Amino acid sequence: MPQLTMGQALNQALREEMTRDDTIFIAGEGVGVSIHDNPMLPTAGLLKDFGPRRVRDTPVSEAAIAGLAVGAAEAGLKPVVEIMFNPFFTLASDMIVNHAAKLRYLSGGKSTFPLVVRIKSGAGFGAGCQHSHNLEAWAAHCPGLKVVMPATAADAKGLLKSAIRDPNPVIFFEDMMLYFAPGPVPEGEHLVPIGPADIKRPGKDVTVVTWSRMLGVAFQAAEQLATEGIEVEIVDLRTLAPLDKAAILASVRKTGRLVVLHEATRTGGFAGEVAAVVMEEAFERLKAPLRRVTGPDIPVPASPPLERFYIPDAGQVVTAVKDLVSFG
Amino acid sequence: MTVPKGKLLEMLHFLLLSRRFEEALTELCQIEGKIPGMMILCTGQEAVGAGVVAALRPEDVIITNHRSHAHLLAKGADPKALMAEIYGKRTGCNKGKSGTLHLALPEIGAPCTSTVVGAGPPIAVGRAFAQQYRNEPAVTVCFTGDGASDEGSFHEALNLASLWRLPAIFVCENNLYAGAQRLEEHTRVENIADRAAGYGMPGVVVDGNDAPALYTATLDARARAAAGDGPTLIECKTYRWRGHGESDPQLYQPKEEIAAWRALCPVARLRDAMRAQGLISAEELSAMETKVNALVREAIRFAEESPYPEPLEALEDLYA
Ligand SMILES: Cc1ncc(C[n+]2csc(CCOP(=O)(O)OP(=O)(O)O)c2C)c(N)n1
Repeated sequence: MPQLTMGQALNQALREEMTRDDTIFIAGEGVGVSIHDNPMLPTAGLLKDFGPRRVRDTPVSEAAIAGLAVGAAEAGLKPVVEIMFNPFFTLASDMIVNHAAKLRYLSGGKSTFPLVVRIKSGAGFGAGCQHSHNLEAWAAHCPGLKVVMPATAADAKGLLKSAIRDPNPVIFFEDMMLYFAPGPVPEGEHLVPIGPADIKRPGKDVTVVTWSRMLGVAFQAAEQLATEGIEVEIVDLRTLAPLDKAAILASVRKTGRLVVLHEATRTGGFAGEVAAVVMEEAFERLKAPLRRVTGPDIPVPASPPLERFYIPDAGQVVTAVKDLVSFG
Repeated sequence: MTVPKGKLLEMLHFLLLSRRFEEALTELCQIEGKIPGMMILCTGQEAVGAGVVAALRPEDVIITNHRSHAHLLAKGADPKALMAEIYGKRTGCNKGKSGTLHLALPEIGAPCTSTVVGAGPPIAVGRAFAQQYRNEPAVTVCFTGDGASDEGSFHEALNLASLWRLPAIFVCENNLYAGAQRLEEHTRVENIADRAAGYGMPGVVVDGNDAPALYTATLDARARAAAGDGPTLIECKTYRWRGHGESDPQLYQPKEEIAAWRALCPVARLRDAMRAQGLISAEELSAMETKVNALVREAIRFAEESPYPEPLEALEDLYA
């Protein structure tokens, strides 16, 4: 299977879907002509190959970008728009939260809004909190939106293709630190359904539920723990909304122990939702309390040692897992 | 109007300082791992900071954006504290929390650098409102780029500032680009200042590489604002010599265009004019350059020698 970076995999998904369906168009800041000259980025080369009718550079106008998607989607086009950095989701949020998410419901089911908002997210590049702020829990808190956050190049491709074909608004978070991470990616028609989680590593002792870039951190921890005889099962949610409760519950019922790991801040983070599902539906199977490993409740600081402190690491996961195992 | 010699010398100092400060940053960015994050420079646009701020009083406030270095230096920021912050050091003006993109210096009347494009104008509304509310004899200046005028927040803020006749000045630094988009690729208006009509405020176009002209235009706008006659939109026509950030290879900026604007260098322009008019001698100029170079060298030394914050310091400063 060919090795592609996540950026290339996303690019392939966009190309394949645009080739298949002329109603799909791309819009956003720098999606055509960019300040970056990097063939690894998701929208690289699309303007050249699909032309300015279908690949639209916009002014710095997030509300209009998101509104463009809502209006065009209602008319039957399939917009795939980009928000340059996750914090700028706030500028687009009226259109996404009050409109994309609600208009179908408000129409009594008559209208559909088949749109995708790609949002570049994640910390780790030293730009500070107005460029790095993981807001996936905000999106997941809005009924009417689907929320996807892939961790591997193959999933990124398959999920983006599914997102584009989905008749609902999909918020698609891409961690920028993964753009250059290579992985095997199936060629052609590779669809990963929106919804199901994926067991990325089977294990019997402790369940780690995670998504996006933190999958790599979970793997590091699992490898270290394996050398000490603790077998971690890693559940990659891939989709936060709709949430694959069955996969989470099946794993926790098997292991009896749960750690939820995400890069976003703790309070009101999506780990709380996962924890609540487990408490409501699998409490009797728990052998220990559950643990969250998350970013601390602060904006992402710019200075390198402070930013490193912010981002959860394998050591914290190892500690949390051992803590749970020590309950017996 | 003739600009007082003292003001010209002040502007020249800040032009030279901003240029040297950012040239040093360009060099430092070549060293792997030295400067964290994105490095966004205003090289070629320094006259806007130097000229506009020269017309302000210490009690006046500026709200700035991602391309802030010249604005902040002209307002009186300590180059050492800025440089240390840019390095991510504990001795930086924001203890490493902000980095280069969000430099906050309330102690000199520069409380907010927002890197969210278009976020400055609404905050400037609030700052100017407080000045009006308390009857302070001060004004608020908001620096934005041309691209920022495409954000909804820009229009809401200018409309409100005009409606309430707030003591604000909106300075739009039109450097011909917003990211990779040239002006005509992101708006149909020829002059950003033309938008002022839509808010019922005066809009003026100024040569953004002419520091004394910017000084004069700002004095007028300041007088208007302080008299209770409301805000002005000043558009400064200038040019970004470097890429959007230091990692931008500038493929979309024609080489000839860059060269043409480099020939209009705002630093050389004021320097040469002052030399020609006998307002500064060769010795005085060289003393000024020596001083500026020393300030930047000292800032780098300070930043290099300063410690990084301890990780747990990340948890400090969130709530009052
Ligand atoms: C709300 C928002 N959208 C997008 C960006 C990314 N971005 C940073 S600067 C910039 C271009 C801004 O252009 P302009 O206002 O003309 O200022 P300049 O960079 O030219 O100084 C963009 C799109 C951002 N920082 N904030």
